[in-house]
Amino acid sequence: MMIEIRFHGRGGQGAVTAANLLVDAAILEGKYAQAFPHFGAERRGAPVVAFARISDKPIQVHSQITNPDIVVVLDPKIFELVNVVEGLKNNGILVANSRDKPIEVNVKTYCVNATKIAKDLNLVISGWPVVNTTMLGALVKASEIVSLDSIIEAIKRSFSGKLGEANAEAARRAYMETREC
Amino acid sequence: MPLMSLTGNYAVAHAVRLARVKVISAYPITPQTTIVEKLSAMVENGELDAKMVRVESEHSALATVFGAASAGARAFTATSSHGLLYMHEVVWWAAGSRIPLVMAVVTRAIGPPWNIHVDHQDIFDQRDTGWIIGIAQENQEVLDMTLQAFKLSEDPRVYLPVMVGLDGFILSHTRAPVDVPEQELVDEWLPPRRQPYVISPESNYVMGNIAPDEVHFLMRYSMHEAMEAAKTVIKEIDKEYGEVFGRSYGGLIECHNCDDADYIVVITGSWSGDAKVASDMLRENGYKVGVARIRYIRPWPKEELEELGSRAKGIIVFDRAISMGGYGPLYSDVAGTLYSNGGKTSLVGVIAGLAGVDVGAETFKETITSIIHKIEENGFFFEPRLWLLPKDYSSREKMLEVAKRWL
Repeated sequence: MMIEIRFHGRGGQGAVTAANLLVDAAILEGKYAQAFPHFGAERRGAPVVAFARISDKPIQVHSQITNPDIVVVLDPKIFELVNVVEGLKNNGILVANSRDKPIEVNVKTYCVNATKIAKDLNLVISGWPVVNTTMLGALVKASEIVSLDSIIEAIKRSFSGKLGEANAEAARRAYMETREC
Repeated sequence: MPLMSLTGNYAVAHAVRLARVKVISAYPITPQTTIVEKLSAMVENGELDAKMVRVESEHSALATVFGAASAGARAFTATSSHGLLYMHEVVWWAAGSRIPLVMAVVTRAIGPPWNIHVDHQDIFDQRDTGWIIGIAQENQEVLDMTLQAFKLSEDPRVYLPVMVGLDGFILSHTRAPVDVPEQELVDEWLPPRRQPYVISPESNYVMGNIAPDEVHFLMRYSMHEAMEAAKTVIKEIDKEYGEVFGRSYGGLIECHNCDDADYIVVITGSWSGDAKVASDMLRENGYKVGVARIRYIRPWPKEELEELGSRAKGIIVFDRAISMGGYGPLYSDVAGTLYSNGGKTSLVGVIAGLAGVDVGAETFKETITSIIHKIEENGFFFEPRLWLLPKDYSSREKMLEVAKRWL
């Protein structure tokens, strides 16, 4: 079975890196996977999307994802600008960086205050909380698509030392704090 | 050992590292840049013992590696789109001089209007230069094809440069699992470069000299013969690579569902994967559709396509490039090949996916189904140019509406 995931964020929040790390984790588990950015002119601050596919069989398709199984939203303010659930399957899952249910939708929704976790752990670049690794912890809690251990391993392979530790801790804390909303 | 998570561009870089390339020169251009970025990091941290030569243009980049290769070094460059057009003169120089070289071409639309997304206009523009031209479907194949390109280029029966095409963004910037072979295994399989003619202060070779008309003519003939020989060499290398590294792709074409197919889709590049998924779906609906993915556009897989054409009811060619006022380039070659069959096979050329316009499995399925219906209704259908225009812009009025918004 193939699971398709779409990440929404703003340029600089790490949506592309989130898709990459998720796919790294899936590959560590021996799964087939693809991570790709939206092919447009991305820039800091503007709404961006990134995509991932995970499957137990080789993935042949290379087209864009229009009907994702899971949508992950990194920015709590982006709901006002973008219809993040566009094309989301009826039995899909929405995972949001939000204290409460961000929009009225008929899909299972999971919330976590990722901005607070990222700030607590000092995951801030030029004043921007970088919530990608936090949201990966939330995604794992909501979907069990890969294990938390694999996500942490993927994070530590990409970021060494204290930075790796802080990002791993962010994923762990989000995993604990994410709840259905 | 788990597979590595690599973009297509990083897969190229790892193949270049494993081939122990000695000289690299390139000029940055999206979406190629991360290949040489990764290679410079590898040179900097000691993983690769090569000289990186910085230049002011793609023309100089290829001239630099051409010079290095003429002196006997294994050399590599990479480019895309406008960069490839800018080096076009030297592209001919390298092939005409029979100098082994490898270049990665990250396929991308040509401007204006400016566009950085995938189509095959840039690589088909190099079709007649005398380079062997391969195009990969997946990141794993990108690594394998690049590694094989060095052996192919340096084979005494060939001595032609090789381009490895990978689709911009769709492969170049997409991460996927890639098996990266062990260096020891590669060293055993790919010996250091040997070349009978090497330019050095002591050698008495002359290159690029003026030649009598007849000699020039004969040089072209010998290049064509080397291309024909390359067909055998490509298949040999594919087979022995499979024995050593466990992956073979079938030579000049890779066939999916072809054995009992009534209809054959001819296509190249990453979107072939979506076409294969469409062929699986069509089989569930009772249509016997196969996909012949062209792995090498030069040398052209004439014999393979003749064979497929002789037993199929219809051939449907998907081109991601167009010779405006003419045909799609793959279509032209397929049509030329099928004539040996007396023109009995139905033939349709589809122009689609220019400038990265997305074509997924569902669209392939719908398009192929409607073409099959035409063939079955009439017994024969011939349409050299079927434009699959972007969704929602398929009428002239709608296109003008969009154009006005941009004016």
